[in-house]
Amino acid sequence: MAGVTEFPFLSVLTLAPLVGALVVAFLPRTNPELAKRVAFGWSLAVLALSVAMWVAFQTGGERFQFRESYPWIPSWGVSFTFAADGIALVMLMLIAVLVPVVILASWKDADALKRSVPVYFALLLALEGTMIGVFAAADIFLFYVFFEVMLVPMYFLIGSYGGHQRQYAAVKFFLYSLVGGLFMLAAVIGLWVVGGQTFDWQALTQIDMSTGTERWLFLGFFIAFAIKAPFFPFHTWLPDSGAAAPAGSAALLVGVMDKVGTFGILRYCLPLFPEASKWFAPYALALALIGIIYAALLAVGQNDLKRLVSYTSIAHFGFIGVGIFAFTTQAGTGAVLYMLNHGLATGLLFLVVGMLVARRGSALVSDFGGVGKLMPILAGVFFFAGLASLALPGTAPFVSEFLVLLGTYPVNKPVAVIATLGVILAAAYVLWMVQRTTQGTLNPALAEHEGMRRDITLREKVVVAPLIALILLLGFYPKPVTDVINPAVQATMQDVGKTDPAPTAVTTEAAK
Amino acid sequence: MQYAPATGLLSTMWLLVAIPLASAAVLLLLGRRADRWGHWLGVASVAASFVLGLTYFFQLRGLTNRSVELSMWQFIEVGSLKVDFGLLFDPLSGVFVLLITGVGSLIHLYAVGYMEHDPGRRRFFAYFNLFVAAMLLLVLGNNYVMLFFGWEGVGLASYLLISFWNHLPSAATAGKKAFLMNRVGDAGLLIAIFIMFATLGTTQFDEVFTHVGALTGGIVLMMGLLLLLGAAGKSGQFPLQAWLPDAMEGPTPVSALIHAATMVTAGVYLIARSNPIYSANPTLQTVVVSVGALTLLMGCIIGCAKDDIKRVLAWSTVSQIGYMFLGVGLGGGAYALAIVHLLAHGFFKANMFLGAGSVMHGMHDQTDIRRFGGLSKYMKITWLTFATGWLAILGLFPFSGFFSKEPIIVAAFARHGWTAWLYGGAALLGAGLTAFYMTRLFVLTFHGPKRWTDEIEHPHESPPVMTIPLILLAIGSVAAGGLMATSVPEWLTPVLGPQEEAHGVLSHTVLTVLATAVTVIGAGLAWALFRKGTAPQELPAGPVVTAARKNLYTDAFNEAVFEKPGIYLTRALVFLDGKVVDGGVNLLAAAVGGGSGRLRRLQTGFVRSYAMSVLAGALLVVAAFLALQMGWLA
Repeated sequence: MAGVTEFPFLSVLTLAPLVGALVVAFLPRTNPELAKRVAFGWSLAVLALSVAMWVAFQTGGERFQFRESYPWIPSWGVSFTFAADGIALVMLMLIAVLVPVVILASWKDADALKRSVPVYFALLLALEGTMIGVFAAADIFLFYVFFEVMLVPMYFLIGSYGGHQRQYAAVKFFLYSLVGGLFMLAAVIGLWVVGGQTFDWQALTQIDMSTGTERWLFLGFFIAFAIKAPFFPFHTWLPDSGAAAPAGSAALLVGVMDKVGTFGILRYCLPLFPEASKWFAPYALALALIGIIYAALLAVGQNDLKRLVSYTSIAHFGFIGVGIFAFTTQAGTGAVLYMLNHGLATGLLFLVVGMLVARRGSALVSDFGGVGKLMPILAGVFFFAGLASLALPGTAPFVSEFLVLLGTYPVNKPVAVIATLGVILAAAYVLWMVQRTTQGTLNPALAEHEGMRRDITLREKVVVAPLIALILLLGFYPKPVTDVINPAVQATMQDVGKTDPAPTAVTTEAAK
Repeated sequence: MQYAPATGLLSTMWLLVAIPLASAAVLLLLGRRADRWGHWLGVASVAASFVLGLTYFFQLRGLTNRSVELSMWQFIEVGSLKVDFGLLFDPLSGVFVLLITGVGSLIHLYAVGYMEHDPGRRRFFAYFNLFVAAMLLLVLGNNYVMLFFGWEGVGLASYLLISFWNHLPSAATAGKKAFLMNRVGDAGLLIAIFIMFATLGTTQFDEVFTHVGALTGGIVLMMGLLLLLGAAGKSGQFPLQAWLPDAMEGPTPVSALIHAATMVTAGVYLIARSNPIYSANPTLQTVVVSVGALTLLMGCIIGCAKDDIKRVLAWSTVSQIGYMFLGVGLGGGAYALAIVHLLAHGFFKANMFLGAGSVMHGMHDQTDIRRFGGLSKYMKITWLTFATGWLAILGLFPFSGFFSKEPIIVAAFARHGWTAWLYGGAALLGAGLTAFYMTRLFVLTFHGPKRWTDEIEHPHESPPVMTIPLILLAIGSVAAGGLMATSVPEWLTPVLGPQEEAHGVLSHTVLTVLATAVTVIGAGLAWALFRKGTAPQELPAGPVVTAARKNLYTDAFNEAVFEKPGIYLTRALVFLDGKVVDGGVNLLAAAVGGGSGRLRRLQTGFVRSYAMSVLAGALLVVAAFLALQMGWLA
């Protein structure tokens, strides 16, 4: 196996989609099918390589694996360094799985527009490459570069191929991220200054800094990540972007790109600024908790399916935030698992919403009603995605939500209890959405709508099947994934200097 | 407390869950291709589980340690938390398995006939099988997380089946209401599990029960109350009872199996299973008893005022489960009494629900008992089988209820001091009211003058596929109570503790006479009042009857306190998020991005604003960098 582990997985995985994007972009506009097929094939190759990497990853081995380093700007201490821990590995797998699914789901998205079809699929591949880069980077400057560059393909996906108000949404998305990114840049530079002019993650975890410096630098990173995730009150760009983006891009935006925020907190805020992380934890928990309740209530009140799903995601990010800042093994593992599961579940939900919207020509809930009568299978898949979103046992998100709450309870009872109320609200927004869309009396406008008579197509079945299968598999047997995540989370908790509390009754019993 | 590992035949007990689950998956995945034979697969899978259940049951009888567990795979292992996909087959789960698959098989069979003309019959059987699988997991899980798994699974199946005809807005709403009210209870159950983990570090039944003694009284009380919240949600007990009567929007076999015989008794199972927790805290037991007593009276009172045959039976279910809660709350020997009543109720209530379905089948889906009457001549089998259910719930010797309900009344009178009179009195009064409303239902449906709507000329008896299950359940209604009265408590001793003779403020004989007397009075009164029929429309009534018709204003309370404010809050937040939060942050962003531009301008000259914000951002970076260098910020 030595030969396999020495294979430069991370750099190849980062570059391959970018090369693919270039190739696809220059394919002739006159033959859109070719561009689609090449892009799809390319993303499948990336998936195959990612699976090989997953197999090569040694569970319980070193924290960071597949390390590669190439000099870039030695005088600044900048290098192309890649490495992946269990957390990054899981996110890389999520990207590798979602991108081919999204490409297939977006097969006809660009056809109706006057814009270039090859460019659309090239942008999706470019997005994949930059997102892989951001999770694979182990040099903070490199991370920052990918963090910013990643915005560009998404900006064009929303701004050029999106729906109503796409330009407003694209610029809002870009500006929010950019502002956050600038805070981070300031902190990155600050860190470089106090850290002895290096950007190497490993080296920077070792440095000493004053409490004040640590808190300011933490804040710089945290604001960038809180906007990206997004946490309340920095969340308002997401519903606009989610509503305007094409469904496939929205699935990637919410399913993967936003996770860069929570991933960044785990990888950078906690290990680099452990004391500040603990100091800010109550505030971060408060924001996360507000997000859970507030966004869930807002989701109930939405009349646009894509905005609705965006708000549910903000609520879910709240759970992830709670899991991260509870500082226990269960909550942390739950948070990372949540990042994966939410990508699968909300990805599926966005894609199915996209299928409904493409047929109806509208995303407004009030334009639907009684869809189940016309399209029982698609309505059933929609319902399944909803169940995964409300974290029903048997679907993957249950495990992560359960772990987050269970891990939070011993250290912070009020937070865990209030967050558990979010479980009730999740049922409310999902069932209310399902009822207004697929149940009840058939909306008369739908009966005459030609597109609404076509139940799920073969291509759409291929899109949803792998996601449904993964959601069920990880719902019943999450252990292969938790085994990968768990050591990385434990190492992170060690960085912060936190250990799990022992069961209270057992310790008192032992004391007697 | 120690469970032995499952060996031999018992190590295949996962099949109990797997068979109906696989059947459900096949029925859903094959789609219309399975329309012709799907229902028979559905029946066969539950029947197979029943045969297996019987086999395991007799295997278990031959063992000395009658609690065997099977770990299938590791579900979660994170830090100190270990949860297995594990099953436990012991005397308690054994009787539940037999009830679920036995009564379940009969109701599945019945549904073949009942759903014959429904285009969604295959889908119906898929959901029905899914329910059986989830319910079996609920009673077979060997830890609270598995129990919760099954718990949510039955909630899902219940939702799917209540809103089976979801093109009707009322059915869709009823399904959603059931799911949401259950989720309130589920949150309680979840937090109880968190408490277990935080204090004991485990969710395994045996470990939790062994170490309950190490917990402080406050923790036990909290944990028990939260479990009770979960139990109340699933079992339709106060204050989470409102969804159960609405659940009658589902097809009648669903009402019989899920909302009468099995799922709604899951709360009783939960408390009985957790008996070491409940027995550890007398305050907790008093709360359970009070919930039971209150709900049983509520159910009776409302049941007297309803005119829809299924709603009367639904409120009767609420009330009868109240008796079971009363039983498990009393603790000690009464745990087993509650289980006996649960099993007996499973037979006679399923019998009556299916009987109601048979009546509706013959009467163009009419459900209003004011428009029935005289049906005994037209539906002899339905009439006779329903009569056994009616006599069973009344609790007259020698029918089931006499052996299952009356012991709970006796046990309630065995409480200490004035509480004996309070809870015993409630149970006794409930018996009289039950006799009244059930007799009213029976007489108005099967006797007296015909009050049918015009289109009905000659109501027909149901086909054998429906009447055979009725006959079998009728036999159970007559005999189950007597057969189980002593054997089941003895069988359950390893789980629920030994039986003790209850000695109360009134002697057993006096109570038997009293219970029989109030029953006869209630039934006689109803017979005298309704023997000649009733008005076909609702007549104005006094405050008590009006309140009962309006479910004692509990729905109005929920609407005024939860629904309406919730809607207003949501609307206010949508406004707030759009104007204040978004506006505020946009303003801030605009300020950061140069101070001059409003984000609104983006829609037009966005490139310029974008360039400007990049510039401003760069300035900010330089400023921050300088500040750091000069040590302002540190």
